[in-house]
Amino acid sequence: MQTKFQRWKESITATDIVMWVIGFALLVLIIFGSILTLRAGRYTPVQWFDFVIYGLAQGSIYALVAMGYTLVYGVLRMINFAHSEVFMSGPFTAYYVAAYFYRSSLLESHPVICLIIVFIVSMSISTLIAFLLERIAYRPLRNAPRLIPLITAIGASFTLMYLFRGLYGTGFQAYPVWKIFDGKWALFQGLEIGKMQLFVIFAAALVMIALYMFIQRTRIGKAVRSVSEDKEAASLMGVDIDKTISITFIIGGAAAGAAGVLYALVFKQVFFMMGFIPGIKAFTAAVLGGIGNIPGAMLGGLLLGLLESIGPALFLDGYNVVAPYQLKDAIAFLVLVLVLIFRPTGLLGERLAVKKA
Amino acid sequence: MAVDGLDIEIEEKTIHSVIGPNGAGKTTFFNCITGFYKPEAGEIFLENHSLVGLMPDRIVRLGIARTYQNIRLFPDLTAIENVLVGMHAHLKSSYLGIILNTPFVKREEQEAEDEANRLLKFVNLETKANMLSKHLPYGDQRRLEIARALATRPKLLCLDEPTAGMNSGETQAMCDFIQSLRDDLGITIMLIEHQMRVVMGISEIITVLDYGKKLAEGTPDEIKRNPKVIEAYLGQGSAAQSH
Amino acid sequence: MEQIRAIWRYGIKVGIIGGIVLVLMALIGMIEVFTQRQVIADIISMGHALYLAAGLFICYMAAKRTTPAKPLWIISNSIFAGLTTAFFLVLLIILGRNVNLRMMFINASDLLLNNLLTFGVEGNSGILLLLYVGMFTGLITGCFYLLPKIVRTVILWSLAGSAFAGVLQELIRPILTNNFPDAISEWLLTSDGLTMRGALSIFIFIALAIISWSIKGAGIKQGWQGLPKKQQSTWRTIGTIILLAIILVAPWRLGLFMSEVMTIVGLYVLLGLGLNIVVGYAGLLDLGYVAFFAIGAYVTALITSPEIMNLNWSLWAAIPFAIFFGILAGVLLGVPVLKMRGDYLAIATMGFGEIIRLLVLSDALRPFLGGSQGIGKIAKAQVLGFVFKGPQEIYYLIIAGCILVIFVSWRLKDSRIGRAWKAMREDEDVAQAMGINLVSNKLLAFGTGAGFAALSGVIFGSKIGSIYPHSFNIMVSINIVCLIIFGGIGSIPGVIVGAAALIGLPELLREFAEYRFLVYGIALVVMMLIRPEGLWPEEAHKRELHKGNAKEAPG
Repeated sequence: MQTKFQRWKESITATDIVMWVIGFALLVLIIFGSILTLRAGRYTPVQWFDFVIYGLAQGSIYALVAMGYTLVYGVLRMINFAHSEVFMSGPFTAYYVAAYFYRSSLLESHPVICLIIVFIVSMSISTLIAFLLERIAYRPLRNAPRLIPLITAIGASFTLMYLFRGLYGTGFQAYPVWKIFDGKWALFQGLEIGKMQLFVIFAAALVMIALYMFIQRTRIGKAVRSVSEDKEAASLMGVDIDKTISITFIIGGAAAGAAGVLYALVFKQVFFMMGFIPGIKAFTAAVLGGIGNIPGAMLGGLLLGLLESIGPALFLDGYNVVAPYQLKDAIAFLVLVLVLIFRPTGLLGERLAVKKA
Repeated sequence: MAVDGLDIEIEEKTIHSVIGPNGAGKTTFFNCITGFYKPEAGEIFLENHSLVGLMPDRIVRLGIARTYQNIRLFPDLTAIENVLVGMHAHLKSSYLGIILNTPFVKREEQEAEDEANRLLKFVNLETKANMLSKHLPYGDQRRLEIARALATRPKLLCLDEPTAGMNSGETQAMCDFIQSLRDDLGITIMLIEHQMRVVMGISEIITVLDYGKKLAEGTPDEIKRNPKVIEAYLGQGSAAQSH
Repeated sequence: MEQIRAIWRYGIKVGIIGGIVLVLMALIGMIEVFTQRQVIADIISMGHALYLAAGLFICYMAAKRTTPAKPLWIISNSIFAGLTTAFFLVLLIILGRNVNLRMMFINASDLLLNNLLTFGVEGNSGILLLLYVGMFTGLITGCFYLLPKIVRTVILWSLAGSAFAGVLQELIRPILTNNFPDAISEWLLTSDGLTMRGALSIFIFIALAIISWSIKGAGIKQGWQGLPKKQQSTWRTIGTIILLAIILVAPWRLGLFMSEVMTIVGLYVLLGLGLNIVVGYAGLLDLGYVAFFAIGAYVTALITSPEIMNLNWSLWAAIPFAIFFGILAGVLLGVPVLKMRGDYLAIATMGFGEIIRLLVLSDALRPFLGGSQGIGKIAKAQVLGFVFKGPQEIYYLIIAGCILVIFVSWRLKDSRIGRAWKAMREDEDVAQAMGINLVSNKLLAFGTGAGFAALSGVIFGSKIGSIYPHSFNIMVSINIVCLIIFGGIGSIPGVIVGAAALIGLPELLREFAEYRFLVYGIALVVMMLIRPEGLWPEEAHKRELHKGNAKEAPG
């Protein structure tokens, strides 16, 4: 035991110590801030409950998008930077369908059918974009050094973003409002839950469960999993690698398309750069949960949503920071960086970020 | 793959081979010595320095250099640059000195280049100094890797299957070359091999590993006659026959 | 039968792809916007040139892909590719007549669909004309493809040259009017585009140049190599001096607009060379690089501006502080990411960059950093009463910065430290096993890059006068990465070429600004697919050496 401890002591380097000091300082700041906020009692329990619900709704959207990152990372070991544009393309296109329904007052008379059609359009466009992306940009580079696909992905992301900007214009388009989602349901003791939030959480859960079942139960899903385990072995067992990778992109695209509509319903607007921030957040969620791990992506998404919605109030308000909500994104990025530094495996994943020979 | 309860002592200026079937833990053993893996227990000493827990770059500076089983040169650097990288630890040019191009830096660079050329000449690559290492033929790459390891001025040179993928003629040439490393430069050499016949000719001492444990140790003649070795190498059947 | 299959495979399929591309080009408004600029006055606009060039390229691809390469097949496939492409455009036009496409596609204007796409002819005859043009494009391209290679090269380059000259009038005009007799510019240019005779003269000039080079070029090269070393180096020195002289007088001979463009390009060269050390030499993909640029600019602002800290120091005093804080930040942000590799490093550094921007932007830090209002009244540099005020003066600051940074990069490149960086880039584990201390060398790379970025931040702050957090978003980082990769990763001239192409060109083509990032994206993807080493790769000189050596020592 003694020797083990000594050995451990010897293997610590100066950088490790610096990192621990930074980590510890952050932890102290966070805990102290939370205590200050809670003691000041600035928020009522009802407000905290609202934060949680908003966080869960937001988080389930992240979780859906994160699935795309995780699946692709699983099979190709690359960060699909352009996934945020897959997420944007669906709802942005479906906006025009929704706007048509709104003008022709179909939205008024058949809201559920319209919603379903909007979902279908969005999911198919996102799926198509994801599929083409893999075919055109990524497939020829499958065996290139790691930096090259990443840069291609950045390029593809730009191309898609500005292609849609050229097609649909630079402006923010206001998504039509579904009246059925207005209002709240009262729970007990004055707690209320927004119908929209409830719908988002349920719809996202439904899509996630469906996709998860698809991957776990079906033959195609098994092929996807086998490719992410070991490409060569899978190919020897008769799995068509190219097809499986395409399918992976398609699944990710469908999830992103669905998530995109939910996002557009919550924020009530679409524009060509709408994918960027949620994309990075979703990637953060995937890393947080352990990239390559599907349940991890879901868990990571929900956690990140909660952190973002509760975090600014809980950690920063105690210090009397002006407008803590502006730092919401900074908290998300901080989470990303901290996870990459201290636990690159994520909560449920394997160790991938630091690979030894 | 693991190494367990291994106790090896390497004499100065010998050629000491470590052999064993695939998966016997030879490369793991190498990685422990050169600092890529940290052994859970046990000690490694070079002369009187303990090596456990040191980073690989420290260990190189103390005098242990290595090559890789599946050649790992810097593919987009030229042959001479590869060798110069090996000399990194012994050069002292500072950041500022380099930018100001002080006389010291100039002299040191010139000396380094001369020595690199000398090493390339030693491995018969002097005409290919400016070729990218990825464009070199296989045998040249092997020798360049050794030249790069020599550039670190090692006391102990660890060669990981230097004859892998070579035909018998090339293998013989490599063996002669290894011998000349010891004879001409006076470097202690540790050689990993899984082919028995390669090491028999050139080693003074052979250690046989199997499943991470030391099976036998001795001169080539002793090893040849050791029944445990025969069993591990030729399988149970032939061992039974020899009884 | 076989020929029909070939037509389908090489002609129509390529045409379908081309048709989709051209329809997208039309729908994003590229063609319409570009028709506002004339390449050859009153004959062809940039939009139509682009439109035709895209068509030609599609037919060329169809011809090139045809196997077996029988002349008749090539021509027929090329024609079919052209027709198919035109057919898609016709579909778009007909669709546009019946449905209001503008509800969805903001750029699908009447003018575009009924006039521009059909070369100014409206109605059904326009559609017919479009189909004819498609067919003739195919026919011409097919025949062109059958010409001998040297002829093709000459025609292609000469055409491209005249088109380029037309597109870049903004650059050519001040050069001609300020430095040459008026007759030349009158011969070549009108107020809007090239003249016909100008375009023809440029075409002939380039064609002659290429032909004479292909005849005499080898001899000249040999003559150069035959020269003794000493003479070569004297000539090189003379060349460098001439180049420097041109660079030094450039802003006064080219006018204000060009000076402004050159200062912007110069700033990106500075930034690019800094990141080149981190990405190109050490192989650490840093997407948060803009943070150090921001730190340089903000430190300068805080020290020299009367706002916030009210120190009012001179710009010269700010430079060492800015660089110091830049390097410090580079090292501090480098420590946590030491163990990360490849894409994880990219994401983590991007996270850092965004955190810094969001902090600067936030109201919480407004009393210290100005929030979204930024900081104004940053000092200009002064030497003995000479104020570096406008772009023509700032230019010299930037040139001085560039020379310094190029000098440092060049010295480091082939030194002990540069080799250690390159070794880390190639294989981190082996580099470590060769005695390279990863921690100190990585931090050196981060620190050097950050220092350069901070220096350009100082100049940027002083040039702009007031800075805002919006100037430092992630797009800047990505721009810099793009220009490095485009020019050739790890190569000093590559950075300059990349900055001129990706930053300078869009500034010269104002209409282009709208599509700048689209073209960036496509350029990046295409570059990675067909030429990942960049326009001016680092290894170019080595390859030559390699050829020379191979001759000496076969085997």
